[in-house]
Amino acid sequence: MAVIWGIVGLLVGIIISLQLLMPAFNFDFLTPWLSYGRLRPLHTNAIIFAFGGCALFATSYYVVQRTCQTRLFAGGLAAFTFWGWQVVILLAALSLPLGLSTGKEYAELEWPIKLLIAIVWVSYAVVFFGTIVKRRTQHIYVANWFFGAMILAIALLHIVNSAVMPITLFKSYSAYAGVQDAMVQWWYGHNAVGFFLTAGFLGMMYYFVPKQVGRPIYSYRLSVVHFWALIFTYMWAGPHHLLYTALPDWAQTLGMLFSVILLAPSWGGMINGIMTMSGSWYKLRDDPILKFLIVALSFYGMSTFEGPALSVKTINALSHYTDWTIGHVHSGALGWVGFITMGSLYYLIPRLYGRTEMWSVKLINTHFWIATIGIVLYVAALWIAGVMQGLMWRAVNDDGTLTYTFIQGVVASMPFYWIRLVGGLLYFIGMVLMCFNMIKTIGQGKSVDVAVPMPTAPAHA
Amino acid sequence: MSDFTSNFWNYYIVILTVLGLIFCIWLLVAVGKREGAKASDPSHVWDGDLTELNNQLPGWWRWLFWVVLIFSIGYLIYYPGLGAFKGIGGWTQIGQFNQEMNDLDAKTKPMYDSYLAMGVADLSKNQKAMGTAENIFLNNCARCHGSDARGTTGFPSLRSGAWSWGGEPAEIEQSITEGRTGVMTPMADAVGGPEGVKAVVAYMRSISNLDHDMAMIAQGEKLFADNCAACHGADGKGMKEIGAPNLTDSVWIHGGTPKAMEAVVVKGLNSDLKDGDFAMPAQKDVLSKGQIHLLTAYVWGMTHK
Repeated sequence: MAVIWGIVGLLVGIIISLQLLMPAFNFDFLTPWLSYGRLRPLHTNAIIFAFGGCALFATSYYVVQRTCQTRLFAGGLAAFTFWGWQVVILLAALSLPLGLSTGKEYAELEWPIKLLIAIVWVSYAVVFFGTIVKRRTQHIYVANWFFGAMILAIALLHIVNSAVMPITLFKSYSAYAGVQDAMVQWWYGHNAVGFFLTAGFLGMMYYFVPKQVGRPIYSYRLSVVHFWALIFTYMWAGPHHLLYTALPDWAQTLGMLFSVILLAPSWGGMINGIMTMSGSWYKLRDDPILKFLIVALSFYGMSTFEGPALSVKTINALSHYTDWTIGHVHSGALGWVGFITMGSLYYLIPRLYGRTEMWSVKLINTHFWIATIGIVLYVAALWIAGVMQGLMWRAVNDDGTLTYTFIQGVVASMPFYWIRLVGGLLYFIGMVLMCFNMIKTIGQGKSVDVAVPMPTAPAHA
Repeated sequence: MSDFTSNFWNYYIVILTVLGLIFCIWLLVAVGKREGAKASDPSHVWDGDLTELNNQLPGWWRWLFWVVLIFSIGYLIYYPGLGAFKGIGGWTQIGQFNQEMNDLDAKTKPMYDSYLAMGVADLSKNQKAMGTAENIFLNNCARCHGSDARGTTGFPSLRSGAWSWGGEPAEIEQSITEGRTGVMTPMADAVGGPEGVKAVVAYMRSISNLDHDMAMIAQGEKLFADNCAACHGADGKGMKEIGAPNLTDSVWIHGGTPKAMEAVVVKGLNSDLKDGDFAMPAQKDVLSKGQIHLLTAYVWGMTHK
């Protein structure tokens, strides 16, 4: 399902990028359902929660069973989380185009859907932590720390940020007001990035990278230090979305500083992943799955350098509200989240269908190159457009007037929006290839119950 | 700091922040050095070949961590961050904003002073001044009046020569400074329903030399005299004191089709915010006196070459 929702999410992304170029694609003469304001939250929700969420559910259930050497706790409940999550996604895909929205970014869904999310998520926590409790290994594997942190933090974030007063079945108002509401929203918003899109996918990385390379994780110590530092500092970083706003100075400063500190723990994860490769770099030459995983780590390193830099007030004053931010998000989403998921799924899918590899390894390679070119075009175009917009907006003449009007900045951005569209299309084509490859693989194999590994040493219990 | 109603929250922030930084340093120093399990430890084998080494933290990474931590501590001493502690640098974002604006004002004051000393007619012929005025116009006025100042439905053209509120420099300056809100009450009932509305519009079109239904003019003229003339004048040429536009000059701010004109008669303007608000906002808090003076000359100059 992750692959399917990935295609849907990317397709919506392409439509809205076209809308920015040619307003006619809003189809507003036809219906308001397809306008930019409604499709944009559908795009973000589809990518983060449908594509990313399904990938996290699937990989975390697989990894926790393999590394705890036991079956899932409450398998029936796990099936419920699958169907429950699909219902959430379907409701999102219906309600957002209909214009039902709380207006909170990445938390647009109205309160009945939020309740369902909470129920599914708590069930997920029960299954996951239940499995950890009944594990047959002594230590909990590092991937599970990250999955676990993600599950706990997202539950907390979702429940606090979703505190609303329902007015009707389809409308509610936030429990917070003014700048407090903004602060709670971005505490949620940034940690959705930090725990859902970073911690969760680091969990994925900590299993699939060493398995695909066939080498041990580089450093246990490093994983301890960077794990605790990462989950601690991420919680503080939200205010960097509200620099130079009504938020008090002290809160802005703390948000900025802990975002800067975050650089080190973030890179700890990148080092641990990339150094796991050391001694096996030659494998990159003919293993496209490894290419996905390593390029994902590279984009992770780049985005987590860019993030702290953008949170510095001076840089933020230039970058905020420009397309630089959109470029940053997409280097993280397409490069890190997308690639680590694709690599992991290419490893996982054949094993779930009793095979050793995908139907076509060559096609994986093609997918890799098309998608990589797509990301580079996309991100580079928006970097240039973003910096250009920031510079144009702040350019002042000798007489104290602004050099450019806003519309001149939009006109100047148009060529880059076209490049961005091409990049997005390439990435989308790659995803379609993946789907085709997946269907072929599933068609040739048959679903098997993968046996969990047996303890190699007597359990210490 | 108005956010804190008691000192408790101040200390809460300070203590949490300091403890947080100490926690990071402790992680780096103490946990980073901890020996931990050997790679061969069977308790660190999970899924077949999935094991862990326990290499030392890379030196450059430890330095990186130290650098960001020390940077943060220094930043917290200099800038506001630790609760109510204002930092030794005395920086605030509103202070930075005021400083930048004051610097700009100080830099441009001589220029604006010299423009303020000039009359509107002279100023409108001064190319340099009009270059500055055009930039101010494009960034402030163009979003309603259009970058060519020709307006659009509901937003008047400044090049038509028609001035609902008067076109003399002092009147234009007043329009920009204080804004303008013309109110027209809905007239559908007063003129006797849909038939009356059609008749009034037919009459209005006749005095503007537009195509119209001859048969309705007599009725329309009577209705106009009874209901509209109080504001728009017996001859329909308007009354600039209350912003009632001239109806004989073929300039139709809200549309010149029979349908658009009937809609205005039926709904009025600015009488009910739900039907749209066509007020011109006051600019006195947005623009300086000098800037408004320049804009006055720029707008006046459009119809006085």
